[in-house]
Amino acid sequence: MIISLLTSVLSITLRAGTSLVYATVGEIYTERSGILNLGLEGMMLMGAVTAFATAYYSGSVGLGLVVALAVGAMLAAIHAFLTVTMRANQVVSGLSITLFGSGLASFLGQRLGPVSNNYYLVGMVGPKFTPIRIPWLSKIPVLGALFSQDILTYLVYLLVPLAWFYLYKTREGLNLRAVGENPQTADAMGINVTRTRYLYTVFGGMLAGLGGAHLSLAYTPGWTENLTGGRGWIVIALVIFAMWNPARAILGAILFGGINAVQFRIQAAGTTIPAEFLNMLPYLLTILVLIVMTWWEALSKRIGAPAALGNAYMREDK
Amino acid sequence: MKRYLWLTLSLLSILVLLLAGCGGAEEPAEPDAPAEPYKVAFVYIGPPGDLGWTYEHDRGRKIVEEELGAQVETAYIENVPEGPDAARVIRDYAQQGYDMIFATSFGYMDPMLEVAQEFPDVKFEHCSGYKTADNMSTYFGRIYQARYLSGIVAGSMTEANNIGYVAAFPIPEVIRGINAFTLGVRSVNPDAEVHVVWTSTWFDPVIEREAAVALLDGGADIIAQHQDTTEPQKAAQERGMLSIGYDSDMRAFVGDTVLTSPIWNWGSYYLDTIKAGVDGSWSTHQYWGGLKEGVVALAEFSPKVPADVVKLVEDAKSDILAGNDVFCGPINDQDGNEKVAAGQCMSDGDMLGMDWFVEGVVGTISD
Repeated sequence: MIISLLTSVLSITLRAGTSLVYATVGEIYTERSGILNLGLEGMMLMGAVTAFATAYYSGSVGLGLVVALAVGAMLAAIHAFLTVTMRANQVVSGLSITLFGSGLASFLGQRLGPVSNNYYLVGMVGPKFTPIRIPWLSKIPVLGALFSQDILTYLVYLLVPLAWFYLYKTREGLNLRAVGENPQTADAMGINVTRTRYLYTVFGGMLAGLGGAHLSLAYTPGWTENLTGGRGWIVIALVIFAMWNPARAILGAILFGGINAVQFRIQAAGTTIPAEFLNMLPYLLTILVLIVMTWWEALSKRIGAPAALGNAYMREDK
Repeated sequence: MKRYLWLTLSLLSILVLLLAGCGGAEEPAEPDAPAEPYKVAFVYIGPPGDLGWTYEHDRGRKIVEEELGAQVETAYIENVPEGPDAARVIRDYAQQGYDMIFATSFGYMDPMLEVAQEFPDVKFEHCSGYKTADNMSTYFGRIYQARYLSGIVAGSMTEANNIGYVAAFPIPEVIRGINAFTLGVRSVNPDAEVHVVWTSTWFDPVIEREAAVALLDGGADIIAQHQDTTEPQKAAQERGMLSIGYDSDMRAFVGDTVLTSPIWNWGSYYLDTIKAGVDGSWSTHQYWGGLKEGVVALAEFSPKVPADVVKLVEDAKSDILAGNDVFCGPINDQDGNEKVAAGQCMSDGDMLGMDWFVEGVVGTISD
């Protein structure tokens, strides 16, 4: 009983966390280059709706992923153009992309569907990623949950260590961090600041699109309006929670997926703790962490947000 | 500078955790009627594509269009947030010369009342509220009657005697539904329990799924719900378990594992009300129709429901139609204390303010 419960909690934690990890790792890279991308929610929604529509008509989930990556990249390229080339305010640009993306995703969800369903995509059943059980490994008690996931979750196991290694152990990773810390110096070192910022903003957008696609193709297959339910915003908080370290992004997934999985089980088992309190636990913890990080300056300096985060760079500026 | 950025970030994160995104799309009315048509507007809380609450209201609107043809002209706005935005939308319609306006969510009550006082010649219809005016009525349905019937299906078909219920908020409307459902379950299976999990959201596919999975892990073999998406039904299906839908016939979207769904049929109410508006017989009313009026119903059964269970439901339905309503005694609360004595029935007022669980519910209402 307890073993099957733990297995189920671990399993749903991983599945719920997958889309968050993708978007969080992407946003960490974007912010490491000095660009704040608040357009994640819009990018995730657009990724979700286009991935599902593509998979629905083509029958191929793989093609759906490709389209989600492309759509995320395109939206991020708009953000990069506005903030890097035009040096627009990053907060404003990001917010407008979220508004634009969520509106467009709703619109597409009402126009891309089949005629028989009044052009609505809602309620359509399309192809989806199903969990693949790895023989033998998936039989291990509790930890077996790690090995009976869909392919996108398996990719997370690869993505997180790779993202960490690239950022901290390679020359390109060092360059990226340099651009986010001090673009002037990086420029003097011969790193192309503009190119770096474009590259990693687009990369972050692609991963956000992929995170959205995981929702519409694997976790909650199908399209419903506002499918992400604000997860794009949670990711912004999780990046701070992860202290801009991709390896810690997995902590965010556990915080969110895990606490929800556990609190619903506490409720289902019958408890006197008010449900409203349990429901707000994940958010409460995130806010607490944010507060601690924001005011505990010594800590925030040590763990270091990229120093140039949010600032436009222009070579002629002092 | 950086400090402000941090602050902005934290504040933004906090703010948006509270705010769901809201995109609005406006559908212009179709201007094709030759004579002066009766203009009717609908204000929706969600999109007609939600396959639930708004979908059913829009189905009602379409029935009106079909039946009355060129006599009426209908328009709707979807995704209207409750509060000041609703007042703006309703006032817009009134200014454009619409003759009757339907607002389909509880939170539109005060905005609508405010606008109703400014436009005495326009008829206002508010769904699920309690405030009226000379030109403003309320309407709602006794969905609890259909929920009771769906409870009979669940109670007959559960093998684990454990039924899960994914519920949005502990307000009387939802509690009434859970209680009616549980009374239905226990009327055929006194050993069964209904486990309730609150999600604190009407609409969040991911959260609704997680709540359903938690109930399934707890041993439930049937999932019922009071939410706005089909996600709990899908979660049950993936585990090979059964479910009871809500709002619309969810079997059409999920499959035969959805045994049946308590559903809304607004068409006849909208038709009658608009006809009354056209011929001038409309007056202020507080409508709370049930199975008898047809405004609530049980969707067609899945082939998985055996004939003897269908028979049980039919019998209970004729009982309700004969006047033996769901909340008639003896009814005990969760702790076994008698709430309604044998031979007595709860008044509409008591039902509308219900804040306790009946015997057989496992869950808490915090106050």
